[in-house]
Amino acid sequence: MNRRIVLFTVGRIALIETALLILPMIVCLIYGEYSILFCFAVTAGISLAFGLVLRLIARPRNHLIFAREGFFIVASAWIFVSAVGALPFVFSGSIPNYCDAFFETVSGFTTTGASILPNVEEAIQSQGLLFWRSFTHWIGGMGVLVFLLAVLPSGNERSIHILRAEVPGPMVGKLVPRLKDTAKILYLIYFAITLLETVLLIAGGMSLFDSLVHTFGTAGTGGFGIKADSVASYSPYCQWVITVFMLIFGINFNLFYLLLLKRLRPVLHSAELWAYLGIAAAATMVITWDISKYADCLWPESLRHAAFQVSSIMTTTGFSTTDFNAWPSLSKSILFLLMLVGGCAGSTAGGLKVSRVVLLFRMARRELSRLLHPRSVRVIVFEEKRADEPMLNSVALYFVVYMMFIGGVFLLLSFEPFNLETNLSATVACFNNVGPGFAGVGPTASYAAYSDLSKLVLSLAMLAGRLEIFPILLFFSPSSWKAQ
Amino acid sequence: MNIIVVGCGKIGTAILDTLLSEGHNVTAVDSDPAVIDEITNIYDVMGVCGNGTDCEVLQQADVGSTNLLVATTHSDELNMLCCFLARRMGARHTIARIRNPEYNDQSLGFMKDQLGLSMSINPELLTAQELYNLLRLPSAANLETFSGRNFEMVELALKSDSVLNGLSLLELRKRCPANFLVCAVRRGDCVTIPDGRFVLKDGDHVILTAAFSEIQKLLKSLGLMKKHARTVMLLGASRTAYYLAKMLLKSGNSVKVIEKDIHRCEEFGQHLPGATMICGDGSSQELLLEEGIRSTDAFVSLTGMDEQNILISFYASSQNVPKVISKVNLPQMNAMAQRLGMDSLVSLPKAVTNVVSRYARALENSLGSQMETLYKLLDGKAEALEFIVKADFPYCNTLLKDLRLKENTLFAGIIRKRKTIIPSGDDCILAGDRVIVVSTGKRLGALLDVMS
Repeated sequence: MNRRIVLFTVGRIALIETALLILPMIVCLIYGEYSILFCFAVTAGISLAFGLVLRLIARPRNHLIFAREGFFIVASAWIFVSAVGALPFVFSGSIPNYCDAFFETVSGFTTTGASILPNVEEAIQSQGLLFWRSFTHWIGGMGVLVFLLAVLPSGNERSIHILRAEVPGPMVGKLVPRLKDTAKILYLIYFAITLLETVLLIAGGMSLFDSLVHTFGTAGTGGFGIKADSVASYSPYCQWVITVFMLIFGINFNLFYLLLLKRLRPVLHSAELWAYLGIAAAATMVITWDISKYADCLWPESLRHAAFQVSSIMTTTGFSTTDFNAWPSLSKSILFLLMLVGGCAGSTAGGLKVSRVVLLFRMARRELSRLLHPRSVRVIVFEEKRADEPMLNSVALYFVVYMMFIGGVFLLLSFEPFNLETNLSATVACFNNVGPGFAGVGPTASYAAYSDLSKLVLSLAMLAGRLEIFPILLFFSPSSWKAQ
Repeated sequence: MNIIVVGCGKIGTAILDTLLSEGHNVTAVDSDPAVIDEITNIYDVMGVCGNGTDCEVLQQADVGSTNLLVATTHSDELNMLCCFLARRMGARHTIARIRNPEYNDQSLGFMKDQLGLSMSINPELLTAQELYNLLRLPSAANLETFSGRNFEMVELALKSDSVLNGLSLLELRKRCPANFLVCAVRRGDCVTIPDGRFVLKDGDHVILTAAFSEIQKLLKSLGLMKKHARTVMLLGASRTAYYLAKMLLKSGNSVKVIEKDIHRCEEFGQHLPGATMICGDGSSQELLLEEGIRSTDAFVSLTGMDEQNILISFYASSQNVPKVISKVNLPQMNAMAQRLGMDSLVSLPKAVTNVVSRYARALENSLGSQMETLYKLLDGKAEALEFIVKADFPYCNTLLKDLRLKENTLFAGIIRKRKTIIPSGDDCILAGDRVIVVSTGKRLGALLDVMS
C-alpha cells in the first residue's frame, strides 16, 4: 500500500480542519468567550502541527491511488478529524472525559446526532462549542474529502477512489468530466440549499445563531439541537420548514444538478426519488392516524408531529418535536423500519439507502418469479439503465454485511445492563446515523449511561455507517496493513 | 475545452490521456462497460457507456456544449456517422479516424465536406509517412519534418563509439561547415536546451534542426552518414505496411513483405504488384536468413504484436542490418524497448496524439499565429511547434536579439518562402513566415506564448 499518500492526504485534511476551526473561534469572539476561544486555538495549533509534520515526513514518492488507498485515506481521515475535533470539548471542561467527547464528535461528523449529554443546555454553556458541535454535521454531511477534492488544485487522476469511498450509495458517478468540478458543484448546491433554509428559518422568527445551528443539523442530516427538547419549542412554521428541508437533504444531489440543467426527464423518472417520497408519505399517513387515536390533539398537530418525525428519522437526522418514545408501538415500529431504510444514495442521509432497498425488492421479486418459471430471464432496470449482475451482487452483499454488522454491535452492547429495545435501537440508531433510538436512548434520554467501551464500539459503528462499512472494516483488518 | 472521445481502444485512450494532460475536460464514450470502468478508474474523465451513434448517448455526454468530438471506434463508418450526428447536435468541431484506404483517396475531401468533419485522421498513413522519412535518412534515430519537407528535425542517439562524444557544441560547429542548430539534448531523464559550452557525452540524445541538404552535409563531415535505404524488408502486411510500401515503391526502392496469412499476401500483391510478397512466419530466423536479411538495407517490423516486433528487431540488429525500425504501440513497451537500446521506434498512438493535440491547442489560441505542426520529442519531454505568423503578430520586424523569450524555449528555424533560415540574433520574424519553436517547459499554444 502507498502509505505515504495516505498519511500525506491525512496531513492535508489536518490543515483543512485547522481552517475550519477558525469559524467557531469567530463565534467565540462575537460572544466574548475568550477562554473557549483559547481552547479552539490550541486545538487548531495541534491540528496545524500534525498537518505540517505529516506533509514533511510523508511527501509521497508517487501519487498512485488505487481502491485500497482510497478506502484507507477515507477511514483514517475521518478517524483523525473526529479525534482532533473532540479536543475543544475536553479542554473547555464541558465534556471532561475524552471517550465521551470522541463519541460526541464522531456523532457530529458522521451526522448521527447521538449525544452523551442528558441536557445540552446545562452541559454546554458556550455558544462557540455549540456552534462547533453543529458545524461538524455540516462538514460531515457532504464529506471532508469531497471538500478537499473541491478546494485543492487537482493533480491526481485517480482521486475517484476517494470519492467512491466517501460518497454513499451503490453507484457513484460524476456530474461533469473533472472530479474537482464535480466536488465543487456538489458543495455549491449544498451551500445554496443551506443558505435558503437559514433565511427561511430567520423569517420564521428564529435568531441567527439558532437558525444556523439547526440548518447545519438539517443539512448534514445530523440532529444535534441546542435545546433539551430538540426543536419542540420552536414555532410550527419553523418545524415545517425543517421537515421539508430534511426531506430535501435526503434526496440525491445529482438530481438537483440535473434540475439546474433543466433536464427534467431523469428527475421525473427517478425510481429512487419516487420510492423515497412514497415511503415517507405512506409512513406519515399511517402514523398520523395511529397517534391521533391515542393523543387528544387535533389532526393538524398529529400530522405535523408525524411528518416531522418521519422526515427526521427517515433522513437519519434525529431532530424531534415530541417524545416519540411515548407513541403507540405501531408508530414506533414504522419509525424503526425507517431508520434501516434511510435516505437516497448520494445525499447526506445514512441508512441502507432507498436505492438499495428498491433493488433488493426487485431482486426478491425476480427470484420469486424464477421459482415459478425456472427458465425465465428477467433483467432488472433501474434509473433507466440495466442493473448488471456484479452491481446486484454487491448490493446483496452489502445488505448481508450490513445485517451482520448490526448483529455484531448489538451483541457487544448486550453486555450492558439495559433492555433489548434500548440496546437494539441504540445499535440501529448509531449505525444508521439517526441519533435517538427508543426506550433508554429515546429522544429525551441520552447515551450517557453506556460504558466507555460501548461508546467506542458505537463510535466505530457510526463511522462504519457513514462510510458504508467497508473502509472501516478494511482499516481494521490486519491483512490490508501488510506492505506490498 | 470540453472534448468527447468516442471509442476508447488503444488510440482513443492515448488521445484521452494527452488531452487530459493538456488540461481539457474529457468525456469518454464506449459501448463496453468494462472499458468505461477501467478508464474512469485511471483517468479523471466522465464515462458514458453506450453506442456513440446513439443520439441519447451523445446527449448524455452533453454533446451540445462540446468543442471537439474525436471518434476513434474500430469502424470508419461508425466514426463518420458519430461525427455527423454530433455536428448536427451542436458539437463545434469533429475529428474522425478514417483508415480504410478506399476512403482515403480523392473522395475524402468531398466526404469530409458533406459530413462536416473538421479533420480526418489516418494513424496508419501518418505512421507510414514517419517511417518513410526515417528510411530517407537512416542515420537519424528519429526524424520530424516541417512544412515543405525541406526543413528537418533530427534526433541522433550517441553510442559509445560516436565521434561526437566529448565535443562541446562550439567545437562541433567549428568542425562542421554545415548550417545547423542543436535544439535540445536528453541526458538520462533530463532534457535541456544547451548552450555552446555544453559537452556531448555517450548516451545523449541530441535534437538538431537544419535544412535537409545541410543535414546530409553535417552527417557526411562527421562520418555518420549511412547510405539511403534501397532495399527494405517489411514484416507484416498491415495497413501501415501497405501505405509505406506504396511510398517506397513510388520512389524506386525495392520492397519485400513477409506475411503469414496467404490471403493478405494475395490482396497486398494485387494492389501493389511491385512488392515481393513472401508468405511465411516472420518470427522464423531461418526464413529471414533465406530471404536475405543480411543484405537488406533496412528492416521494419510492423506486426500486430509489440513484443514480437521488439524481439525480431533485436534479431535483425544482430544480423547487422544497417537500419532497424519497429512499431511499438504501448507506451510502457516503448519505454522498455528504448531502455534495451532500441532507438528507432514508431507508434501509432503517438502519431495520432500529436495531430489531435495540435488541433485542440490551435482551437484555443489563434491570436497572431496559427499552429501548423506539433511534435512531441524525447518521450514528450520537449515539443517542437511550427507556427505561421499572421500579420497581426505584434513582434514582426523586431530583431530576435531584442526579443525576450521565456526560459526553456528556442527559435529553431524560420522558413521564409521555401528558404530555410537557422535563426541568429540578427534575424527577424516577418508576417507569413513559418517559425519553428522548441520548448522543454510549458506547453505552448501560440507564438505569443513564447514571449515573456
